[in-house]
Amino acid sequence: MLDDFFIRALIAGIGIALVTGPLGCFVVWRRLSYFGDTLAHSALLGVTIAYSMEFNIAVSIFLISSLIALILIHLQRKTNLPSDALLGLLAHSSLAVGLVVIGFLTFIRFDIMGLLFGDILAVDKNDLIIIWFGGGLILLVLKFIWKPLFASTVNYELAEAEGLNPDRAKAIFTILLAAIIAISIKLVGVLLITGMLIIPTAMARNISDTPQKMVVFSIIGGLLSVFIGLFSSLEFNTPSGPSIITTALLLFIISLLKIKQTIQLKN
Amino acid sequence: MSIENNILVKLNNAGYKQNNKWLVEGVSFTVEKGKIVTLIGPNGSGKSTTAKIALGFYKGIEGQVEKFTNKIGYVPQKISIDWTLPLRVNDFMLLTDKLSDDVVDEALKSTGVYHLKNKNLGNLSGGEFQRVLLARAISKKPELLVLDEPVQGVDFTGEIEMYELIKKISANLNCGILLISHDLHTVMSATDYVVCLNGHVCCCGSPTEVAFNKEYKALFGEQASKTLTIYEHKHDHVHTTDGEIKKN
Repeated sequence: MLDDFFIRALIAGIGIALVTGPLGCFVVWRRLSYFGDTLAHSALLGVTIAYSMEFNIAVSIFLISSLIALILIHLQRKTNLPSDALLGLLAHSSLAVGLVVIGFLTFIRFDIMGLLFGDILAVDKNDLIIIWFGGGLILLVLKFIWKPLFASTVNYELAEAEGLNPDRAKAIFTILLAAIIAISIKLVGVLLITGMLIIPTAMARNISDTPQKMVVFSIIGGLLSVFIGLFSSLEFNTPSGPSIITTALLLFIISLLKIKQTIQLKN
Repeated sequence: MSIENNILVKLNNAGYKQNNKWLVEGVSFTVEKGKIVTLIGPNGSGKSTTAKIALGFYKGIEGQVEKFTNKIGYVPQKISIDWTLPLRVNDFMLLTDKLSDDVVDEALKSTGVYHLKNKNLGNLSGGEFQRVLLARAISKKPELLVLDEPVQGVDFTGEIEMYELIKKISANLNCGILLISHDLHTVMSATDYVVCLNGHVCCCGSPTEVAFNKEYKALFGEQASKTLTIYEHKHDHVHTTDGEIKKN
């Protein structure tokens, strides 16, 4: 069964959606969407390094993204530039450096479109193992830091006063973000992975009144996006990443109708 | 807790320096069980810093801080909750601890916000939110409560009510309270010991002693001494937070 590329892509997509749901909630709650974007842009550099040194792609992306996160924290402390400027600086320079390096690697054939936007043909059995094991590990760690992370998302000082360790939770969460970007790059692509984190979550926000419901709806939204997106990618021969994200967008638009309804009910 | 004298936290000549600038220095006081200690002083006088020293937030402070309890409830000064997070009052109560429904209900009732239990935090008024914060702090049955400007956003009559409530909490839970306020108007009647700060301790003592202290008058003006007597009149009814009127 796993010999069929479409089944592999589907299984990969399910694994990714299960993880991006809860992580995406924290990205939205903590206003980290641009931060996620920066990490994702740096992933391309990770890919090129992996190719030139014949290294595992996911591991390479993970290491580069984590490095970029560390550099960001360092620059935030050392310079007077606002965070969004630093994020832009890192996002675009790492993307540019990545593309320049690809230019030099003439001896390797690259599918740049595949890297940027995802490719369902590219998912092999190894990727499935990385996605499901890596994803499982991410969820396990997230469960472990959930309480301090959630409490400090609501209010940093309260969490600290009540004996939790918000800084450690934040650092671990950053690593988890780098990890999910690393494992989902093949299916969704560098430029659209943040969309996978944010859009199903944004949809979930529209129809949830508790954080728990938001996490559940975010996962469901991600799963629906993967299913419908991949089927239409197959049907219309479109790249997988954009198809998934477009589906997520449609779900978001549908969820807006629900908001409108609730507002009307209130009046 | 030290058994002989009910002391919960003791500051001895404590201070904190940031970027070579003293935020506050030379502060000494103790908070005991069942007593309310109030820190007053103008903006930037180091009140919140002092509270955070007492809470043990900072590393590398000057002087000594001895804490004899770990059961601390804290209401921070500035609390901004991001409304991208759909959070009900009940979820907020259970944020860091698993509390039984009864405990949550009791705490919310004692600060008069039980009717808001299933409301979304984003829909509360400033005053309601302060009461929820207070309920949250007392639900853990703390031995020491640190309240940093607990009446922010509460209107004038609500303010007096809040201080009455804080007095009641101190008596019911027999906990020590470290209260911070920048205004003296209502705080005086509900306190056992006042520390007047302005980067250092200007003066301290019972509310009456402080109110007639020369340095206090210099800091807050002559009028401030008279605030003590303003609230000594009685109402024959009270307005509860859900808008009902109760006869006394």
